[in-house]
Amino acid sequence: MSTENKEIIFKIRNLQTWFPITKGFMKKVVGHVKAVDDVSLDVYKGETLGIVGESGCGKSTFGKTVMMLEKPTGGQVMFNYDGEYKDITQFNKEEMFEFRKKVQMVFQDPYSALNPQKKIYSSFEEPLKTHGINSQEEREKMMQRVLKMVNIQPDYLLRYPHEFSGGQRQRLCIARALEVMPEVLICDEPVSALDVSIQAQVLNLMKEIQQELNLTYLFIAHDLSVVQYMSDRIMVMYLGKIVEVADSRALYEEPFHPYTKALLSAIPVADIHNKKQRQILEGEVPSPIHKPSGCAFRNRCPHCMDICKEQDPALRYHGKEGHMVACHLYDGKESGDSE
Amino acid sequence: MGETTSIKDSNKSASSSLFKRNVRKFMNNKLAVLGLVIIVVITIACVIGMIVGVDYGTPVITDMKQAPGNGHFFGTDTIGRDLFARVLVGGCYSILIGAFCAIMSSVIGAILGALAGYFGGKVDMVLIRISEIFQAFPQLVLVMMLVAIVNKRGLGNLLFIFVFTGWMTTFRMVRNEFMSLKNETYVKVCEAFGMKKSNIMFKQILPNVMSPIIVSTTTNVAFFILQEAALSFIGLGVADSTPTWGNILNAAKSVSVVTNQWWIWVFPGLAISLFVLAINFFGDGLRDVLDAKQQ
Amino acid sequence: MDNKEIILNVEKLNTTFISDRKEIKIVKDVSFQVRRGKTLAVVGESGCGKSVTMNSIMRFTGKNAIVKAENIQYNALRDGKVTEYHLESIKEPNGPEMRALRGPDMSMVFQDPMSSLNPVYKVGDQVAEGLLQHNKGMKKDEARKLVLEMFRKLGIPDPEERIDCYPHQFSGGMKQRVVIAIAMICNPELIICDEPTTALDVTIQAQIMDLLKELQLKEGKSIILITHNMGLVAEMADEVCVMYMGRVVEFGSLEDLFDRTSHPYTRALLRSVPVLGLADGQKLETIPGATPNPADLKGGCEFADRCSECMDRCREKTIPMFEIAPGHRVRCLKFDSYPEVD
Repeated sequence: MSTENKEIIFKIRNLQTWFPITKGFMKKVVGHVKAVDDVSLDVYKGETLGIVGESGCGKSTFGKTVMMLEKPTGGQVMFNYDGEYKDITQFNKEEMFEFRKKVQMVFQDPYSALNPQKKIYSSFEEPLKTHGINSQEEREKMMQRVLKMVNIQPDYLLRYPHEFSGGQRQRLCIARALEVMPEVLICDEPVSALDVSIQAQVLNLMKEIQQELNLTYLFIAHDLSVVQYMSDRIMVMYLGKIVEVADSRALYEEPFHPYTKALLSAIPVADIHNKKQRQILEGEVPSPIHKPSGCAFRNRCPHCMDICKEQDPALRYHGKEGHMVACHLYDGKESGDSE
Repeated sequence: MGETTSIKDSNKSASSSLFKRNVRKFMNNKLAVLGLVIIVVITIACVIGMIVGVDYGTPVITDMKQAPGNGHFFGTDTIGRDLFARVLVGGCYSILIGAFCAIMSSVIGAILGALAGYFGGKVDMVLIRISEIFQAFPQLVLVMMLVAIVNKRGLGNLLFIFVFTGWMTTFRMVRNEFMSLKNETYVKVCEAFGMKKSNIMFKQILPNVMSPIIVSTTTNVAFFILQEAALSFIGLGVADSTPTWGNILNAAKSVSVVTNQWWIWVFPGLAISLFVLAINFFGDGLRDVLDAKQQ
Repeated sequence: MDNKEIILNVEKLNTTFISDRKEIKIVKDVSFQVRRGKTLAVVGESGCGKSVTMNSIMRFTGKNAIVKAENIQYNALRDGKVTEYHLESIKEPNGPEMRALRGPDMSMVFQDPMSSLNPVYKVGDQVAEGLLQHNKGMKKDEARKLVLEMFRKLGIPDPEERIDCYPHQFSGGMKQRVVIAIAMICNPELIICDEPTTALDVTIQAQIMDLLKELQLKEGKSIILITHNMGLVAEMADEVCVMYMGRVVEFGSLEDLFDRTSHPYTRALLRSVPVLGLADGQKLETIPGATPNPADLKGGCEFADRCSECMDRCREKTIPMFEIAPGHRVRCLKFDSYPEVD
């Protein structure tokens, strides 16, 4: 898969989202939770970029920051407006309001994503009204269009959220996000709150919709097997940083970063004949407030070297095209001289 | 609208089913229904009395301190006014005071609570401090201050003081609800669509807080009626010319009246107790219906 | 198989909940056996009654639940002698008989380590609690020594320091180790783990699962593992019990379940979950429809509406269990040529 001739939809440069930790009555800032720390990446139009990591690695914050639901503390997010890149972190109120139609989000918990006191109809109508579609007829046409995509009958709109199952609710949430015809859909753990037998329905539906509308997905999940099923490329995060980005097949077949390897080996496989040798990581993810010096992964890494304590490894190209890894093990072996 | 009617109008029965179920649930609570019946009966009786224009103000010296019966259903008071008429008309004022103050303080409390809870930070801190200051003042002292300032007693005073000092409980409740509800995913969804903050606050979150507000408003009606009775009894309430249940009781301040003319305090006292009790029953029933989380 | 080999034998367990004056059957005729020193995995989606089954056995169900069973037999093995306990005949769910069993014989690890620990007590004291309860006259410092030993065994770093910490000073994985320590401190023979790693990250899940496996190998514990993750089942279990809507739909050894998958639901469950290394463009199989509400169920097979092989007679009456191979039982009419068991 060549990446050069693909159009870039998001250019993310040195993105940083730090949350201040305050102490005492005067709210003195004593430190920062570096939820997203210096992340740079291009997102291509029409692809699914999977984002995996353990809880607290900043993947959700990253998703929210990319669509400015969370204000970044530094860096740029350039969005492609028909070939022209505009930095959305500098947008004023009106520009932001228009940008809301370009990027939408599907949240983790479908049970609380629909206002329990409102009929689905009203939850669907409100965003359209907000964005200036004033005729009821037109609004209903748009609602019907998206409902058809998620296979839900239009008359279900008159029901309340509690009358739907989790899977139906998540489909409704996807439909609602699609109403404003976004180009990018950020999906934050869209199936982790659903029953296992329902997950496949929703995942397949999301794939179909993507093909139909040529959407770009940022698919955030903690479950690497789900991410791998959905994504073209996968980005692995650890403590606010990207540790590896690769084509989803390449990441599975030939992971470079020790963390990615551990993550892959930790996933239990439903195959009783090929029990793989587990590589179990020692310890737990350190708190993002007190990150270790140098490489954030070094205190759990089986290959930790002296340089890892001093220097934070940069994200560099290594191996096949587009495969990037941030690890000192691959220093001096940038793309070109590897197999 | 197209070849078919809009989805919105096609089916109204679905929405009413939830309402019907709530009504059924309420009807199962015998005490609450009893409360509602008592509230309605007393209110209607008082309003009819007011409209018919019973004579509650003319003292008839010859009829002073008459026991019940003999043309005076509840007897007469110390200066010979008909107690039944006074209880009816007084009820109108008492209920009016209770309802008005409860609703107004709920409205103010809800708006301020919504602001504090949704925005948090500095707005929240300022509003919380203000409410704490208000809570630190005894209502009685405030009433006295106001009476001293405007130099007359009256209905307006009382209403103002009650609303002015009564919004804090609702405020705190609404604020806390908003604090937790603003983190709900549906609020984040609205923000992702770029909806206006006022829209999110009042059209999206507020309906989810309505049930506890309604319940607390009903019980506040009782609270304010009792407050008014207490203030009027010690002579700081409405002017003597306006009868309220508390004002009528005022006539029974002396020990001789309490011991010899029982009807002067029993009937207005009974009216207050019955009405307040009925409101509390009703409020409890309402809480069961509304506060039970959906489903 | 005799009492020495079977540690827990459950026959026809029924649990009914009463809500709004309606009786809803949550667990229906559940039977299974746990072998001593082995792991039984109970698999199913949320609402299938797997947790309620375990709570019914341990008698943790609330007052609105009616638990009935033909037999819940627990066989304790002490000094080579087997003592039988019939849990279904114990009257009081929290009476002395039941409490004597919880801890020294059977114990439970719950899903959420965050809410399983009391935030206002030191973790060491919470672990020691069980010891002091069941060993009258034990001194505090004796208990402390045992707790320290347990912490070491479970791989909690710096146990001398950690024993005096409060739960909030622990990370999720460490909290779950403490919860396991509480379950293990009285040296039970049977540990019931109710989704012990659902709230944890995969790398931590791997650590905890490794720990459980090690405990079993070293000390011969019997484990019931409740989960919805077929991957965990494949790695941990010796025997598997698949539940759907309150019924056991398939029961058998790990090989029976994975190599000779028989019930349509088990098969669907195995195929609808994404696994690593799926080929490009390969689509997941989906199970149509949604899990029904237990109050709405009619007679017949519970899975009928979502089953691709549903026949008319599937909806007629309750489906019996068929034994298609020794120890491999399936509740599906496709196998009605095999002998009925129940």
